[in-house]
Amino acid sequence: MAKADFEVPLLKPYAEIPALEPGAMAHSRPFVAKADFQGPLGFPGELVEDWQERAIDKMGELLGKYRSLRVYLDSCVKCGSCTDKCHYYLGTKDPNNMPVGRQDLMRKVYRRYFTLAGRFFPKLVGASDFTREVLDEWYSYFHQCSQCRRCSVFCPYGIDTAEISMAAREIMDSIGVGQKYCNEIIGKVYKIGNNLGLPGPALRDTLEGLEEDVFDDTGVAVRYPIDEEGAEILLVTPSADFFAEPHVDGLIGYGKVFHEAGVSWTLSTHASEAANFGMFIGSYANMRRLAQRIREAAIALKVKRIVFGECGHAWRVAYSFLNTLAGPWDFLDPRYPVPQHICEFTHDLIQQGKLRFDKSQNDDMVLTFHDSCNVARASRMGDRPGGQFEIPRAIIRATCNHFFDMEEETIRERTFCCGGGGGLLTDDLMELRVKGAMPRMQALNNVMKEKGVTHMAAICAICKSQFTKVLPYYGMEMEQIVSVHQLVSNALILTGQDRDEEDEEETSDEAA
Amino acid sequence: MSFLSGFYASLYYVAVVILIAGLVNKIVQYARTPAPLKIPTTPAPTSSGKVTLRMVREVVFFESLFKGNKWIWIFGWVFHFGLFLVTLRHLRYFIDPVWLPITFIQPFGIYGGIAMVVGLAGLWARRVLVDRVRYITSPSDHLILLLLLLIGLSGLSMKFAAHTDIVAVKNFFFGLYQLQVNPLPSDPLLLLHLLLVAVLMIIFPYSKLLHAPGLFFSPSRNQVDNPREKRHIVPWAERLEQE
Repeated sequence: MAKADFEVPLLKPYAEIPALEPGAMAHSRPFVAKADFQGPLGFPGELVEDWQERAIDKMGELLGKYRSLRVYLDSCVKCGSCTDKCHYYLGTKDPNNMPVGRQDLMRKVYRRYFTLAGRFFPKLVGASDFTREVLDEWYSYFHQCSQCRRCSVFCPYGIDTAEISMAAREIMDSIGVGQKYCNEIIGKVYKIGNNLGLPGPALRDTLEGLEEDVFDDTGVAVRYPIDEEGAEILLVTPSADFFAEPHVDGLIGYGKVFHEAGVSWTLSTHASEAANFGMFIGSYANMRRLAQRIREAAIALKVKRIVFGECGHAWRVAYSFLNTLAGPWDFLDPRYPVPQHICEFTHDLIQQGKLRFDKSQNDDMVLTFHDSCNVARASRMGDRPGGQFEIPRAIIRATCNHFFDMEEETIRERTFCCGGGGGLLTDDLMELRVKGAMPRMQALNNVMKEKGVTHMAAICAICKSQFTKVLPYYGMEMEQIVSVHQLVSNALILTGQDRDEEDEEETSDEAA
Repeated sequence: MSFLSGFYASLYYVAVVILIAGLVNKIVQYARTPAPLKIPTTPAPTSSGKVTLRMVREVVFFESLFKGNKWIWIFGWVFHFGLFLVTLRHLRYFIDPVWLPITFIQPFGIYGGIAMVVGLAGLWARRVLVDRVRYITSPSDHLILLLLLLIGLSGLSMKFAAHTDIVAVKNFFFGLYQLQVNPLPSDPLLLLHLLLVAVLMIIFPYSKLLHAPGLFFSPSRNQVDNPREKRHIVPWAERLEQE
């Protein structure tokens, strides 16, 4: 079990709502971005002198630009429906991690400066000046929201705390208080093309290595092309897919699927990142600038379709925002949605009977599926609502013999965030990540005990990285998290793949 | 014209103006503020017809609240539905002739009044007893509950304990239509009831009661899930493209 200098929550057989522990996570705050990381994004390098005034001005600007913010700050009646829905509250017991508690950190400032009641009777309506203490609270608790939208499912007015967290981060960035992790990463994309700062030659090298590995495994020359002009499909995938485990096994799977589909495809060094951290910091301008890279790559490479790899928040930006940020896509093949998810692509092929699987290749695993929050509640797959739940499960069922869902209260639209989404996947927030993962770990633990599940599949780079890190804190193995396209890769029978020989080898190994 | 009748007449003119002007102002503000991104909470309807159905389920049945918490849902729904029946019942004091459905609804309006009080009591109990709800409660949240509860109780008292001259009350309000102040009965319960209702009308556009218009403008509920099919762009975002 991984060592922690904080108390790791105990996993229980049933979900419990904890009693409040005010201030329990007040100490949790990510590193602040230095001036070098602020500048390239268009933000001041450090806290500006007239920060209070500028923050209020910025809030006023955002209230005029985002209906969500205006309506959500006005509408809450403090009914309490959301109070036990946030994984960070369930894991930390801090009342500021109840969605309404978090929203109120901004709402009290909104009321003070933008409503009559707050101007004249601040105490009565819980309004407060925007003081240094309030700013510190904002920095701490608006970086304890993974923007997973679980609260918005249960709110009678659909109030989405993610919208409020994004606005708060945008306001803080505008007065020079940025978060290092997100802002440094966005800078890397501008400079190099992806979150991890992997330059073109490193990517090419990795992909060549993958081609060799797959050839050794299967005897089939599956290609992993990059920057190939004139390819039919541009694949945009999170950069973690290029080297992290289990992400890279997913990338191997995408390549095999494209190979079997007989369609030409390419990655791009310019758009070698699917994730768009501009969303995490609520910055439309940065989100748009990041999304434009995909448009530029699609034009430069003369592709006809765009497909996204497994990534949660990336798929939200891709599915819900890409047309807005970087469209219109009238130069692409109109027969296909823009963009498509790799799961949609694979699922279509399965439906058409174009993929052959040997499910027994995954018999060493009993699987469950983790619905990634932003895929579940902020996007869709296929042409029917809820396709984002059914399509990945259909792929798992087509490639595996043993699959069990976790408790209904913890999956599909009610799924729990992994605990690392929304720009929190950084080591300086380890305590928050471990505690926030508790509800998911609990559901996983229960399905492991009840159904003998051994592995959990996911379709998000953040989920995969987060679980790899967090599983050991709960006494589980980091290898228990797998990519959905890793399962596809294991079971897919490539045309021309010499399987008898492989089977014989396995048999002789066992005999020996 | 007694001082009392004059006071209440002015109060109601002011209250109506504030309620209508305040609400129109807020609704125009909501309608004019753009929603630059597609953010429906998914799974979401893929056509506007189905979005209308989703909104109806939210407005009439409080669908999301039902998913969230059964206790809040039952108390909240009982209160709101009771209030709805009570409002319909009260229409007879403001229209002449009284429409048939309003005549028909009269006895149900009484049950509505009782339901309203029961629902409010339940909601208030949660506010005091559940630590999470207590934590997020401001003084104004208690005051609004108190206000609504007193409106309900004073109204029910006039039905069950001390009747007022309801014909005179109706005459008073009809007088206001023609800028005439007819005498208002000076029963304490009636005066309290009318005073609190006027207060409710005045605070409506400046308080959390804005959740009523707010729900209709909530992008996570009222947007169609079709971002790939139809490009969604608002003017301020479009201007960025021209730069």
